[in-house]
Amino acid sequence: MAALTETIALAREDRVPRTTPSRGADALFRAAAYGCAILVLLVLVGILASIAYGGWPAFREFGFGFLTSPAWNVGTEQYGALVAVIGTLASALIALLIGVPLSLGIAVYLTQLCPGWARRPVAMTIELLAAVPSIIYGMWGLFIFAPLFARFVQVPVSNLVEGLPVVGTLLYARVPSGVGILTAGIILAIMIVPFVASIARDMLDQIPTILRESAYGIGCTTWEVVRHVLVPQASVSIIGAIMLGLGRALGETMAVTFVIGNANRLSASIFDPGSTIASRIANEFNEADGMQLNALMALGCILFVITFVVLIIARLLTRRVKVA
Amino acid sequence: MNAAPIDAAELGARPQADTNAPVRIAVKDLNFYYGAFHGLKDINLNFHDRQVTALIGPSGCGKSTLLRTFNRIYSLYPEQRAEGQILLDGKNVLDSSVDLNELRSRVGMVFQKPTPFPMSIYDNVAFGLRLYERLPKAELDNRVEESLRKAALWDEVKDKLKQSGMGLSGGQQQRLCIARTVAQRPEVILFDEPTSALDPISTGRIEELIEQLRDEFTIVIVTHNMQQAARISQFTAFMYLGELVEFGPTTRIFMNPEKRQTQDYITGRFG
Repeated sequence: MAALTETIALAREDRVPRTTPSRGADALFRAAAYGCAILVLLVLVGILASIAYGGWPAFREFGFGFLTSPAWNVGTEQYGALVAVIGTLASALIALLIGVPLSLGIAVYLTQLCPGWARRPVAMTIELLAAVPSIIYGMWGLFIFAPLFARFVQVPVSNLVEGLPVVGTLLYARVPSGVGILTAGIILAIMIVPFVASIARDMLDQIPTILRESAYGIGCTTWEVVRHVLVPQASVSIIGAIMLGLGRALGETMAVTFVIGNANRLSASIFDPGSTIASRIANEFNEADGMQLNALMALGCILFVITFVVLIIARLLTRRVKVA
Repeated sequence: MNAAPIDAAELGARPQADTNAPVRIAVKDLNFYYGAFHGLKDINLNFHDRQVTALIGPSGCGKSTLLRTFNRIYSLYPEQRAEGQILLDGKNVLDSSVDLNELRSRVGMVFQKPTPFPMSIYDNVAFGLRLYERLPKAELDNRVEESLRKAALWDEVKDKLKQSGMGLSGGQQQRLCIARTVAQRPEVILFDEPTSALDPISTGRIEELIEQLRDEFTIVIVTHNMQQAARISQFTAFMYLGELVEFGPTTRIFMNPEKRQTQDYITGRFG
């Protein structure tokens, strides 16, 4: 014991004293790190503020009516957000309706059923979907998917439902061109699947094996285990994953602009063209000035608020589970 | 591992093994493989009706593996396989024609840690019942109450049946899991180190409970704790490196083990 302390003492004496640390340099380093962090916040606040400022004339001119008016008339300078807001929400909702079951199916397959050797390749393929640039989805959607969709879905379905109540309106294509709210929703669904599926998979993976075994242990089938035990156990975080997908679907611009048809018309049919906030902005920004520009800014502001709220909810939900 | 000797007087005072009890599970020439690893080697062993049989042995000896063959829970993992026979009331559960879900309702299992399902206390118990029986509401209520009473949990939860099972203490959660298992009226209950995550008081209650459950069920328990094995079991099987070293009435295993390895293990010389 004594020998050991002596050795340590000797080693201590041998050590070369380190060069005096420069207090100034360290302070600078800290300030730089703080600066980086604050800069991001400033940029965020700055963007929001400048968009709000740009949109302010439109909000002042049309008041609350900006949200509820379906008008969008450049000639008469009458602008309203209703069509774009509804288009945004409708296409995102359709994307969720299609994409979420698909994603959950993928997540359940990957965590519960997939043989070990196939897990990585399948998961990789799905994550590769996220790497496809959205312009590619847009092009593919417009030039390949939309014509096929018009021919094999819109025309037959329209013929089938014509004259029927409710579905006759909802699923009737006046001009079966293939583009429209539903097409945009389908393309968006494909785009959100990799995000929702991979988060849902991670959440299901975090559930202790033993809980899964006990569910099988009382004689549950795979469906019962998933439906009654695993999904409820991960429910909060799965809702969080869905919200992340929703945030992405709401803000997606390029692909949607290609396939939604860009019409400013309120239609009850999901086969009809419409527009979203993002597609409206992308289409008109180039040539807009005056009140049109202010209206577009105001639209941007609404979109910002919607996605911001959705993302905050998503973050809160996905965080709560990690703590618990 | 606490190596305190097992008290002879105390052992003698416990309910003794009934060697004439009918055989409920007969394990014959059982071999088990994790991929290429040979986890269980030629196990031959009988489990008697309404007796508690403890499986003891050092970590990795295969005692949990053996337990997990009885309800074939291992078959969730494709790389694991069992060969040989496990006769439950004369029928081989390893047979590919066996309905796994039905088997698992007859052979219940309680795990190392409490695993309440994410639902209310009531539903935790009723869930397993609803899978197999269509009961009218009143009947279902009765069965839930009966199961919770058998698990010595009723008095603590009767006023909060609608609350989440996750809100209970660890010991209560484990008793809830026992109630859930008992509710299905299985023939056999497997306990895989059921008290390893519990404090001594909760452990004591679970042990008492197992002793009561013996009146109705055939019980197999894996335990790391030799005192526990001595306290609650009538038969003990000592396993080592995937082999069954010695099996017999608990009193004899602890007082007069025949094999040297058993002697060493129960006196704490290894393990």
